[in-house]
Amino acid sequence: MVSKRGSSVSQKILEHELVPKHEVVSLKEGLEVLKKYGIKPDQLPWIKANDPVAKAIGAKPGDIVKVVRKTPWGGEIVVYRYVVP
Amino acid sequence: MTQGLTLEEVREFVEKSLSSKIPRSVVEELISVLSRYLDKLTIEDLMKIVKSVEEEYNENLVDPGEPVGIVTAQSIGEPSTQMTLRTFHYAGVRELNVTLGLPRLIELVDAKKVPSTPLTYVYLEEPYKYDRDKAMEIARKIELTRVANVVSRVDIDLVANAIILSLDPDMLRDKGVDVDTVIQVLRKSIKKADIAVNQENPYEVVIQYKEPINPLKAEKIRDRILNTKLKGIKGINKVIIQRRGNEYVLVCEGSNLRELMDVEGVDHRKIRTNNIKEVEEVLGIEAARTLLIEEIANVLEEQGLEVDIRHIMLVADMMTRTGSVKQIGRHGIAGSKESPLARASFEVTVKNLADAAVRGGVDNLKGVAESVIVGNYAPIGTAIVKLVYNPYIKVE
Repeated sequence: MVSKRGSSVSQKILEHELVPKHEVVSLKEGLEVLKKYGIKPDQLPWIKANDPVAKAIGAKPGDIVKVVRKTPWGGEIVVYRYVVP
Repeated sequence: MTQGLTLEEVREFVEKSLSSKIPRSVVEELISVLSRYLDKLTIEDLMKIVKSVEEEYNENLVDPGEPVGIVTAQSIGEPSTQMTLRTFHYAGVRELNVTLGLPRLIELVDAKKVPSTPLTYVYLEEPYKYDRDKAMEIARKIELTRVANVVSRVDIDLVANAIILSLDPDMLRDKGVDVDTVIQVLRKSIKKADIAVNQENPYEVVIQYKEPINPLKAEKIRDRILNTKLKGIKGINKVIIQRRGNEYVLVCEGSNLRELMDVEGVDHRKIRTNNIKEVEEVLGIEAARTLLIEEIANVLEEQGLEVDIRHIMLVADMMTRTGSVKQIGRHGIAGSKESPLARASFEVTVKNLADAAVRGGVDNLKGVAESVIVGNYAPIGTAIVKLVYNPYIKVE
């Protein structure tokens, strides 16, 4: 019963209004991001591999996750987080 | 020479020239304003407008090297001195105390595990949303009810080896429990006793132990019985039904997101709590960041202080940078600075310096605090630019 509950909640959290859209970016896109800012991956903000959202989208340590945040003044802003163990 | 432009032409031109440079919402706003003057607009005007919008936007960007952290610290610090020190305030709900003002702000930036007044707002789904009775049904289901809540009196009969619980009929009705449920729950939790209703009084439950009760442990046994959970969700101590517009919202004292989201009839998209650490655990770091911004902005706004949200966003970004919510202060952001001098200039100076000496700490004097201490130019504004002369470079 516990495991069943875990799986249903993990789908529900992605729908919650506080959770912005997360997605794992491809290697090519990740390199482009790093080149654009001129930084190493660990200079990005981090997200833990055991973060519930990272788990739900299947992000592994070393991936770069793209987060599309809604800003309070109505726009969208794209930020990246580096998955750390 | 008036030549009106169509909305499509304006949209196409503006999008082509601006959409890669300035945010979406600004572009949309510009188009909607321009659409009002379509008949007077010429292509030359449009070009001028677009150009000046772009210039204006770039003018208002933060300059490279601007010490945004210091500006943020001052922009939040100064208004905070104006905050009232009064701890409690009744915000909206008469029955509940909510910590607000300076104590709440300190709680937020210190990333406390549990807020001093945890609250959960439970929004309901369609069939339960507009019906007070159905909302009450869910409220009863989630409110934690222990045996102690429905018992009016407990007697320990050491001679007869029994514990007699006198149930309160009013409380039973209020909590929506009947005597049979109480007995069943007790039967599950207590194995070494017979449990039955007193024949003479239907609201008296007799727990008849087979072995004699040790008088020294009687207190303990009693407490265990009273703490037995009848129903509800752990952590939700009190539920109040509140009307908001035309829907009913359950305000719960305490929080337990993970289990509440799984309850049928609860809108799992909108449920809200003020427990940042719990949101981090259940909904992830990005949700914690959003909530942190909202909570800090709420505290400041409630006190009538105007702080730009971007300052608060910077604070929240720093607190959530490492993937978990870290406090501001020596166990969090300030304590994770690389430079020993910068750490020493914040708190516990002697300990930091002694530690650095013992471990052979190195200070590169790259940051602001260190530079100020040794009398260098702080790397802020124009001083952030470094020029290096390379005499070996070949120029063709």
